[in-house]
Amino acid sequence: MASPAVHGLSAELADGQFIGLIGHTGSGKSTFVQLLNGLLRPSSGRILYNSEDVWGQKYDRKKLRAEVGLVFQYPEHQLFEADVLTDVCFGPRNMGLSAEEQKERALAALRQVKLDESCYAMSPFELSGGQKRRAAIAGVLAMQPKVLILDEPTAGLDPRGRDEIYDLISGMHRELGITILLVSHSMDDVAKYMDRILVMNGGVIACDGTPKEVFSRVRELEEMGLAAPQISYIMRHLQEQGIPVRTDALTVEEAAREILRRLPGKRDTAAER
Amino acid sequence: MFREITLGQYYQTDSLLHRLDPRVKVAGVFFYIISLFLIDRFAGYLAAGAFLFAAVALSRVPFRYILNGMRPVLFLLSITVLFNLFLTPGEHVLWRFWRLQLTMEGGRFALKMAFRLIFLITASTLMTLTTTPNQMTDALEKLLRPLRRLHVPVHEIAMMMSIALRFIPILTEELDKIQKAQMARGADFESGGLLARVRAMVPLLVPLFIAAFRRANDLAMAMEARCYRGGEGRTRMKPLRYQRRDGVAYLVLILYFAAAAATRAVPF
Repeated sequence: MASPAVHGLSAELADGQFIGLIGHTGSGKSTFVQLLNGLLRPSSGRILYNSEDVWGQKYDRKKLRAEVGLVFQYPEHQLFEADVLTDVCFGPRNMGLSAEEQKERALAALRQVKLDESCYAMSPFELSGGQKRRAAIAGVLAMQPKVLILDEPTAGLDPRGRDEIYDLISGMHRELGITILLVSHSMDDVAKYMDRILVMNGGVIACDGTPKEVFSRVRELEEMGLAAPQISYIMRHLQEQGIPVRTDALTVEEAAREILRRLPGKRDTAAER
Repeated sequence: MFREITLGQYYQTDSLLHRLDPRVKVAGVFFYIISLFLIDRFAGYLAAGAFLFAAVALSRVPFRYILNGMRPVLFLLSITVLFNLFLTPGEHVLWRFWRLQLTMEGGRFALKMAFRLIFLITASTLMTLTTTPNQMTDALEKLLRPLRRLHVPVHEIAMMMSIALRFIPILTEELDKIQKAQMARGADFESGGLLARVRAMVPLLVPLFIAAFRRANDLAMAMEARCYRGGEGRTRMKPLRYQRRDGVAYLVLILYFAAAAATRAVPF
C-alpha cells in the first residue's frame, strides 16, 4: 500500500467563511479538497456535510457535488462544448433542471464572473486565457453551490488576471454569502482576502487561524517551505533598523498606515485616507 | 475507471531472459511463431511446448502473470476451437446434429489450433513481460534498419512508437483529471443505457484530444529547441551490444527451429 496523502486530519468549515488553504507541494491539499465533495473516498474517517456522512448508505453524492462546487486547477482544460453558454449549462443539465432554468442559471453565472456578453456564443477555445478561466469557473457556479472550493484559481494568469479573479471571488463571498475554500501559493493574496487560513504540511493541518495568528508563526511556516507575506519581512527589517513599527501588518495598506503612524509630526491624520 | 489501462506490462526482475539483448527476443518470438505454423505433428507441438516451458522457467516471471496475458484472447480462443471442432468435415463422425458434426479430424485439428494459439500468445506475452517498451522499440529500429534502403523512415517510426508509449501514462493521468473535473460538475459515467454512456464520453474525449494536441505541440517544440533532426548521425546513450549469451541464445534458437522443422518428417 502507498502511504496515505492525508492522515489524522480534522477540520471544520463553518458556513460563510472565506478560507485560504496553503501548503507546500505534496502536502495533501489536492487530496483534502477532493475528499470534501466526495470525489475521493477516505480509507478511514468520515466526511460530514451538514452533519451527514457523505459516504453513508443512501447519501446522494451527485447532489453533494452540486452543493459543494469544486473548481480544479486549470479548469479551462475541462471546457468541451461548441459555445460558452452551452458549456456552462453542463452542470445544471446534469442536475436535471429544465432547459429554461439551465439557461437562466448559466447566464447568471456568466454575469457573476463578469464575462462579456459577446463571448457567450463564442467557442470556448476562441477566448483569451483569463476569459477561459472565468468561463470554466462559471461552469461550476451555475450549479449554485453553497460551498465553493477553488484549487489555485490564479495559476498561470498574469497579475491583472489574478487580481480580477480574486476580486471576483471575494465579491461573490460578500454578495452571495457562500462559503469559500481557496487553495493558493501566494501568501500576499491569502493575507489580503481571507479571514481564516489552514496550513497543511505532510498530510495534516499544521496551523489553523486568522491570517494574523498564522503569519505570526513565521519560523514554523518557513520550516514547512512556506513564508509570510513579503510586506511583513519589510516591517521586520524596519524594526531591526530601530524604527518602532509593529510587525503584524500583512497587507501593503496596513503597512503603509503603520509606517505613516510612526512618522514624526504626521500622527494619525495621514492614515485616515 | 481508466486507471487499469496499461500497455507494456513489463515485470521487473533479474533473469537471463531479462538481460538478453532485445533483438534476440524480438527475433526469437518471430521465428518461434513461424515454427508454430510450420509444425504439423504432435511431436512438433511437444518440442514447441518444451522450448516455451524452458523459456518461462528461465524468465522467473510468476506464472499467473503469463496466465493474465491469456485472458483478453480467451474468447477468440474458444470461438476458434468450437468452430474447428464442429465444422471440420471428416470420415470418422462421432456425433451429428443438424449441420454440426463432431469428427475425429475436427477434434485433432481443434486441439492443434488451441495449442498453436496458446503457445503464440504465451510467447509474445513473455516477450513483453521481460522487455521494456523502450528496449523493444530500440530492437525494432535496429532490426528494421535494412529497410532504410527502400526509403522506409525506420528511425522516425521507432521514435513515434516510443513517444506513443511514453504518452500513455501521461494521457491516462490527464483523463483521470478531466473525469474528476466533469464529475465535480455532476457528470455521471456509470448509469444509463449504452447510448447515454457513449454520450457521457464526449465531455471526456474532447478535452482529452485537445490536451493530446497541446502536449504534442509542446513536445515538438521542445525537440526542435534541442535541435532534433531525425535519425541521421544520431548516437545513443545505451547502444545495443551483443554479449556472449546472446550468441548462445541465437544458437539455441536455430537448434530449436531445425528440430521443430524436422518433426514434420515424424509419422505422428
